[in-house]
Amino acid sequence: MLAYTFKRLLLAVAIVSLAMFLLFCMIYTIPGDPAAVALGPRATDEMREALRIKMGLDQPIWVQFWNFFTGAWTGDLGNEVLSDRPVLDVVLEQLPYTLALIAGGISWSVALGIPLGCWAAVSRGSVADRIVGVISVAVIAVPSFVIAIYALLIFAVTLRWLPAIGAGEPGDLSDQLVHLILPSLAVGLGWVGYIARMVRASMLEVLEASHIRTARAFGLPHRMITYRYALTIAILPTITLLGVGIGQMLSSAVFAEIVFARPGVGKLVYDAILTRNFPVVTGAVLVTTVLFVLLNLLADLLVGALDPRVRSSF
Amino acid sequence: MRRLLREPLGVFGLSLVVLVIFGAVFADLLSAYDPTRINPRVRFQGPSGDHLLGTDQLGRDLFSRVLYGGRIALFVALVSTAVSLVIGIVLGLIAGYGPRWLDNLMILLFDSMKSFPTVMLALALVTIMGPSLTAVMVVVVLVTVPGYARIIRTQTIAIKTSEFVTAAQSMGASNGRILFKHILPNVIGPLVILASMDIPVVIAIEAGMSFLGLGVRPPTPSWGSILNDGFSSIRDTAWIAIAGGLPIIITTLGFTFLGETLRDVFDPRLKGR
Repeated sequence: MLAYTFKRLLLAVAIVSLAMFLLFCMIYTIPGDPAAVALGPRATDEMREALRIKMGLDQPIWVQFWNFFTGAWTGDLGNEVLSDRPVLDVVLEQLPYTLALIAGGISWSVALGIPLGCWAAVSRGSVADRIVGVISVAVIAVPSFVIAIYALLIFAVTLRWLPAIGAGEPGDLSDQLVHLILPSLAVGLGWVGYIARMVRASMLEVLEASHIRTARAFGLPHRMITYRYALTIAILPTITLLGVGIGQMLSSAVFAEIVFARPGVGKLVYDAILTRNFPVVTGAVLVTTVLFVLLNLLADLLVGALDPRVRSSF
Repeated sequence: MRRLLREPLGVFGLSLVVLVIFGAVFADLLSAYDPTRINPRVRFQGPSGDHLLGTDQLGRDLFSRVLYGGRIALFVALVSTAVSLVIGIVLGLIAGYGPRWLDNLMILLFDSMKSFPTVMLALALVTIMGPSLTAVMVVVVLVTVPGYARIIRTQTIAIKTSEFVTAAQSMGASNGRILFKHILPNVIGPLVILASMDIPVVIAIEAGMSFLGLGVRPPTPSWGSILNDGFSSIRDTAWIAIAGGLPIIITTLGFTFLGETLRDVFDPRLKGR
């Protein structure tokens, strides 16, 4: 396990370093002088030169890369162009909104996916099972931004049941939760399908296990066997599935934040691209990549701890 | 094929796919309007006999735009999947058949490519390249190649020690000949099915990037940009958003149902992937 953890950790560090390298190349290849962009068209040549020296742009490329690299590992992602605030602060300020959105997405997918999968497994081969199967595939297939737009159209614009924009009043928890319902549905609906399929498959496996057969032989009520003894084991793989899922939900969250005009990292990057605020773009991309790598690392370590076969094949 | 036609879901998927391809191929015959012609007198109209899906904020016929948007979507799906397949096959064969250190290095590269959230990758790339159809295709290739390369690599490793490969080696066949004549035909089957199941993902990437204004440039019609028009004027009329979303739903559902059935029929081993 120790060797596996070490290897996996090394891979994560390598991936993040590679991401930093690519982002540095990106900054370097963007047309235009960053100092000129930051100061605007009315700056004098002396001002530009001063800022170039302050930003370290006068140094050779490998020094610049080393500064960026060491800076990024210690959390220094440079300053925002407009307000000159540290990029890391700006990104971390928006991160809770995105995390709340993802947590909401997980809640939706678990709340709908587990019962559906369980129901399908119990009534295996029936019409209900087929319907759950088709629905699972369908919600996985349809892109989250289409779901977001249609949810906005149906529940916010036409029916007016739920608010269409924003994240709710700060400090008012119930208002914030109401604002979270639709965006998190758009983020989580696809994962209802994945989880329903996963739970169904593992339920079918567990229902064949000997301890369930024993419980049946003891004459325990059917309902109790299914929900108390089988389901508690069958939902375990879901946890690791979600470890991967959180990263994917990050992508959907970007769309949900734009469609529902919510604050968050996705909206931050999108706006930063439109205003050519490049330090924010690189900073936010780097922070989300690190988050993604960390979550995948956690999920992999969890699977490795539970299943020795994964460790040896790595 | 006959087994596919016995599965109701497969038939349903196939008919949706045929419908979409038909609409895109015969777009100029089926539509009575130029998809980019602006006609301010008929803005924001609902569906009618003249305009089957209504008109958008500039008075353009949405049905024509949806049909021509299908051309963009299918073009991106076909071209970028083909490019990904070629790159994925070559990289996978090299990783699987080549020296150990090269294999490790490439696995690291594939894993790191996969570790970027797709949207972040797209946003970062567009920052460099600027929004264009090419940017969309580069994103698609970067997102899908690692998966293809990995599956080819695994299969190649499984096959390269088998007897017929050893026999070819002992008869003095070159590496290129062994790879393309003996190994490739044996590993390509599952790959084609995987690629067909990736088509909805590719279409979603194109539509998603065009929706964000990072893909196809206006006035070229794309399902994503129609959806974005609909989003901007969602309080005036629902029809534009519906017209933009519907083809995306039909296409992704069609290809997914078809792909799932194909996989179950041809290669049950891939199930659960």
